[in-house]
Amino acid sequence: MEFGLSESQEFLKDSARKFFAGECPSVEMHRLMETDTAYDDVLWSKITEQGYSGIIFEEAYGGVGLGKVELMLLMEEAGRALLPGPFFSTVALAGSVLDAVATPAHKNQYLAPICRGDVRATVALAEAKASWDLKDVQLSAADGKLTGEKLFVTDAAIADFIIVAARDGVFVVEPKARGLKISPMSGMDLTRKVYVVEFNNTPAEKIGSSADLSRAFDIASAALAAELVGGMQRTLDLTVEYAKTRKQFGKPIGMFQAVQHQCADMYLETESARSAVYYAGWALEENSPDATIAVSIAKMYASDAARTVGNRGIQIHGGMGFTWENDLHLYYRRAKASETAFGDATFHRERIARLVIDSGAASAKSA
Amino acid sequence: MDLNLSPEEVRFRDELRAWLLANVPPDWSAWREKPIEESFPYLRAWQRKLQEGRWAAVSWPKEYGGRGATLMQLAIFWEEMARVEAPPMANALGLGLIGPTIIAHGTEEQRKRFIPKILSAEEIWCQGFSEPNAGSDLASLQTEARLDGGHYVVNGQKVWTSYGWVGDWCELVVRTDANVPKHKGLTVLLVDMKSPGVEVRPLRQMTGETEFNEMFFHDVRVPVENVLGKVNDGWNVAVSTLMHERGAYGARLHPLFKRNINRLIELSRKFQKNGHTAAQDPLTRQKLAQCYAEIEIMRLNQLRAFSRISATGAPGPEGSIQKIFWSELNQRLQQIAQEIFGAYGQLLGGDSHAVDKGIWSYGYLRTRGNTIEAGTSEVQRSIIGHFVLGLPKSY
Repeated sequence: MEFGLSESQEFLKDSARKFFAGECPSVEMHRLMETDTAYDDVLWSKITEQGYSGIIFEEAYGGVGLGKVELMLLMEEAGRALLPGPFFSTVALAGSVLDAVATPAHKNQYLAPICRGDVRATVALAEAKASWDLKDVQLSAADGKLTGEKLFVTDAAIADFIIVAARDGVFVVEPKARGLKISPMSGMDLTRKVYVVEFNNTPAEKIGSSADLSRAFDIASAALAAELVGGMQRTLDLTVEYAKTRKQFGKPIGMFQAVQHQCADMYLETESARSAVYYAGWALEENSPDATIAVSIAKMYASDAARTVGNRGIQIHGGMGFTWENDLHLYYRRAKASETAFGDATFHRERIARLVIDSGAASAKSA
Repeated sequence: MDLNLSPEEVRFRDELRAWLLANVPPDWSAWREKPIEESFPYLRAWQRKLQEGRWAAVSWPKEYGGRGATLMQLAIFWEEMARVEAPPMANALGLGLIGPTIIAHGTEEQRKRFIPKILSAEEIWCQGFSEPNAGSDLASLQTEARLDGGHYVVNGQKVWTSYGWVGDWCELVVRTDANVPKHKGLTVLLVDMKSPGVEVRPLRQMTGETEFNEMFFHDVRVPVENVLGKVNDGWNVAVSTLMHERGAYGARLHPLFKRNINRLIELSRKFQKNGHTAAQDPLTRQKLAQCYAEIEIMRLNQLRAFSRISATGAPGPEGSIQKIFWSELNQRLQQIAQEIFGAYGQLLGGDSHAVDKGIWSYGYLRTRGNTIEAGTSEVQRSIIGHFVLGLPKSY
């Protein structure tokens, strides 16, 4: 058993951190969030040149063939930089869905261009009920045409294709397809835009069964949790730095235990979320029997912890934490959006309860 | 990162499993309900047996009677011990804290003299750290040791001493120089509890038990050979003991927590809440799931910390997050149990209506001590703030 990162994992994490810090510093993130789509062609092509868009996919489709732990590390570093744009939507989400449900021919058609960095994509899942339970999907196809609406679809306006979860299958819709309407929602997170996607007798290509979506759902959930960990780490770092330098009553405020102990809690919450996320990545990679529970534990814990860490960080920054100029609120906004996406803590706790209370798995597993 | 057991870990686990299967006494469940004073010889005998198989201190170096086991193997050890509900070992502090400190800081003579009898439970160890006026501020302790020829003469009082009543030897922190800053005048002495002038009194705690003691030292003479580490370097020696306490304890506790949550889930199917079973009650389900998840995270934090310690060589201040995590989690677990049991939760062991013979009502009270013993949560947060995050010292 070895829970430390391997040398190559450390290298990936380290180079991703440097890459995002260099290519997407705070000022660039601010610039992009002021745009309609939070997307920039140049930044995107730099990301894909790194091979990041193919990170977990098979080499047969032009991917890098690394594991889910590596995806977690990459998402963590993207989260630290509050990376705007469609990396999560395209890779962790659309890529994972294609990987899980599509035939080799469809993978060549849709996944390979993602790996190459030629396209951006997203997945439309939640509907008016804002439920992330795959069983709650109502939209269905008639004669290969979709009618209905999807909400909270990330990066839809810049997607080269949209993958749609329907009752009777998983479909691909082209952006210029007849009857497709994409309208922005005013989400709190300025760095990742969300949209309403409406279909009116819209032609769609079926690429797989919706029964196979759950693994992709788990990978996307874990990836979001990993991204939250990166945001928490950044919030912690900024807050500790501030607590060291800001002086009141003639002392750095970090000397006061009321402040210091909150920083300690931020550290505890960040590290605990990180443990849960890395393990979820590993369990997914190994197809471990407890992978689904591990994902729910990670998403549940990170969803709550990111909010709490944000609360503490803003509070410790005092008035500065409440200003628009300070980056903390941008992380806080992302944390709120990611908390609810793919199931909030309540959703995942119920998922855990079903697995350990109702099915009696609690006594089955002892690792 | 690979959380599969390595072939060597599998071998270790299988060898231990086979040994436990052949050697775990079948009658522990009857003994465990008796007062500790009565069962203590039984626990000594069990530890002796474990050490006959070289299992009492697996993580110690082979030359000192251990197996040179890795921390991961140590985690496996506690997992397996819990799985077969093996009795605890009599010399818990000697094995977990004081032995490793003697191995790290002791002379070769001290190691030869003390280590074998720690392992065999022939000599039970206790720890003399806290004092009535030195709890969190341990370094301000006042028990003094004055050099008199070849002996230190010790006077003072210690409190909250586990195993004091049965202790043969004590790792005692004393002040050997009152004229330097408080951390720099401390020394650790290994004290024979049978020395003239040592008096041990029971200390009754809020559970009604006397798990701890007060110790009084009146002109107790300790030979200078029994200084552990260097004179006036006692703070570093004591901190190394405390780091062991914080660093690995979670691995030992995790299997017990896991057993508790599984039992609680089982019980939640029997108790009624708002017109259905607690297991069906949405709020209770949320709380049980949260607790289940946190117990898993406690395990993962511990394994990650073990990997870090293996890389750096010694437990560090980040061990404080384990201490905060397990102690506060244990309190939350007991609180959920109380919510599930309702009025039954308060019933003590002797009551025929008590849940599980009163272990939960006891646990509810006992866990209040978890966030105080072995360094309060406040002290742990200050350690993280200063030593991990680099914030200025707040005390």
